[in-house]
Amino acid sequence: MEKLRVEHLSKIFPSAAGDVLAVKDVSFSVEEGEFVVIVGTSGCGKTSLLNMIGGLEPATEGRITVAGKEVTGPGEDRGMVFQGYSLFPWLTVQKNVEFGLKMRGIPPQVRAETAGKFIELVGLKGFENSLPDQLSGGMKQRTAIARTLANSPEILLMDEPFGALDAQTRIVMQELLASVVQETGSTVLFITHDIDEAILLGTRIIVMSRRPGTIRKIVPVSLSCARDHTALTSPEFLAIKKEIMDLLWKEQTL
Amino acid sequence: MKAIAANTRKNAKILSGISFLILITLWCILTYGGFVTPIFVPSPSAVFGKISEGIRDGSLLRNCWASTRRVMVGWLLSAVIALPCGMFMARSKRFTAVLQPVIEFVRYLPVVALVPLTILYLGIGETQKYTVIWLGTFFQLVLMVCDTVSSVDKNMLNAARTLGANKWQVYKEVIFPASLPGLLDDFRLTIGWAWTYLVVAEMVAASEGLGYIILKSQRFLATDVIFMGLILIGLIGLLTDFLLRLLSKILVPWYKRLGD
Ligand SMILES: Nc1ncnc2c1ncn2[C@@H]1O[C@H](COP(=O)(O)OP(=O)(O)O)[C@@H](O)[C@H]1O
Ligand SMILES: [Mg+2]
Repeated sequence: MEKLRVEHLSKIFPSAAGDVLAVKDVSFSVEEGEFVVIVGTSGCGKTSLLNMIGGLEPATEGRITVAGKEVTGPGEDRGMVFQGYSLFPWLTVQKNVEFGLKMRGIPPQVRAETAGKFIELVGLKGFENSLPDQLSGGMKQRTAIARTLANSPEILLMDEPFGALDAQTRIVMQELLASVVQETGSTVLFITHDIDEAILLGTRIIVMSRRPGTIRKIVPVSLSCARDHTALTSPEFLAIKKEIMDLLWKEQTL
Repeated sequence: MKAIAANTRKNAKILSGISFLILITLWCILTYGGFVTPIFVPSPSAVFGKISEGIRDGSLLRNCWASTRRVMVGWLLSAVIALPCGMFMARSKRFTAVLQPVIEFVRYLPVVALVPLTILYLGIGETQKYTVIWLGTFFQLVLMVCDTVSSVDKNMLNAARTLGANKWQVYKEVIFPASLPGLLDDFRLTIGWAWTYLVVAEMVAASEGLGYIILKSQRFLATDVIFMGLILIGLIGLLTDFLLRLLSKILVPWYKRLGD
């Protein structure tokens, strides 16, 4: 089943110094259970693209449908995870994870149970009553992931979620996300500028050009080895990495 | 770590105590040493004599209460109206376009100059006194609330919206709690300003109140009573400040200030 369809999407930011064409005629779709990664250099329009899908920014042109329904604004069918965590600092981990359920009027007991399940899933059992301020960056992002998943969205939209973490924590989080997604069978659209991260996590990789962001190529990823840090040095992995780097690099020398 | 923090806090309290002691010592030296005439600066014993006299005949409590009531009612009216107005201004360009010019204009008008109009419109009862305090604080407070609410992290609002919160829920569950620490600070500052308008509020047809006794003493050059009034206003201010800080600690324990 098709979870997301993006058709001829464009975004222009009007500005005094002239309009900025951030995204130009982008079309693709994501099937149920897929993990699609968008890679592109900084400033190529990745965030603009994801914010349009999330309904946070209106599209200048084009059409977005999620599970058959046209996107007109933000909604709980698209769960977003941001680079800056965006947790509510006055709520405990438990209450943060319950937030979406509370907004949707789910009774307290069901809320607590569901949240508990996802807190355990992301490995935060025992931290239910901690405040975000008392958590490390990795733990904050675990909370944000649990908060989004607890709302059972049709698709998970993630904008460089591990971009602010140190290298070690990032690898731990990538492996955690892969296992959580496998466990829940979630559909994911993930943005990054880190090619290793893209190949480790993605079943398909959309390579974007520099601004204005257009799709350069869609690269399928099929690794026969396990998708963990050991894969980083396997020949298959390196071959895909070279292909993507060539796509991104070729353009830079133009 | 905890012990060090507790120690720093204790040291800060000692420092505050010392600064008050220095002030009082200077006052004693100046007056008892005969460096200034009592009509300019009365001695501590003269002022505390007046205070104990006021306590004995009950006038002190009555005056304190009359003023506190005026300040609280006037200021509460400000806060109750400024809170929703400021919040909507922060979130709606149209609302801002309507309100901002008026507020910016009135904000610069000296409240003293508006007193004749308040008498003309409202008479000389308590309503006029509440209104003076209201005029002095409302227009500043709206803009402060608007500023505080505007500075709420936009990503947090986006997160709430993508988690399924509707417009009203975004206000109630995110914007309000997120701006509460800043709002409490705004409240603390404007209550202080409300007290500074007290004398203006009690300028006309008052028969009690700290501002009133200060104004009355001016005519008789009763500097000791003026000093008493000032000291009492200062002490009530300190107490209010303390209570609001305590409220902050209770309502927003998650909020960490620089230097805490
Ligand atoms: N609100 C905005 N107004 C004007 N220009 C913007 C706005 N948001 C993004 N842009 C511009 O659009 C381009 C793409 O930005 P963005 O989508 O954030 O890229 P990325 O996420 O890939 O780094 C950038 O050149 C940026 O300056
Ligand atoms: Mg970005």
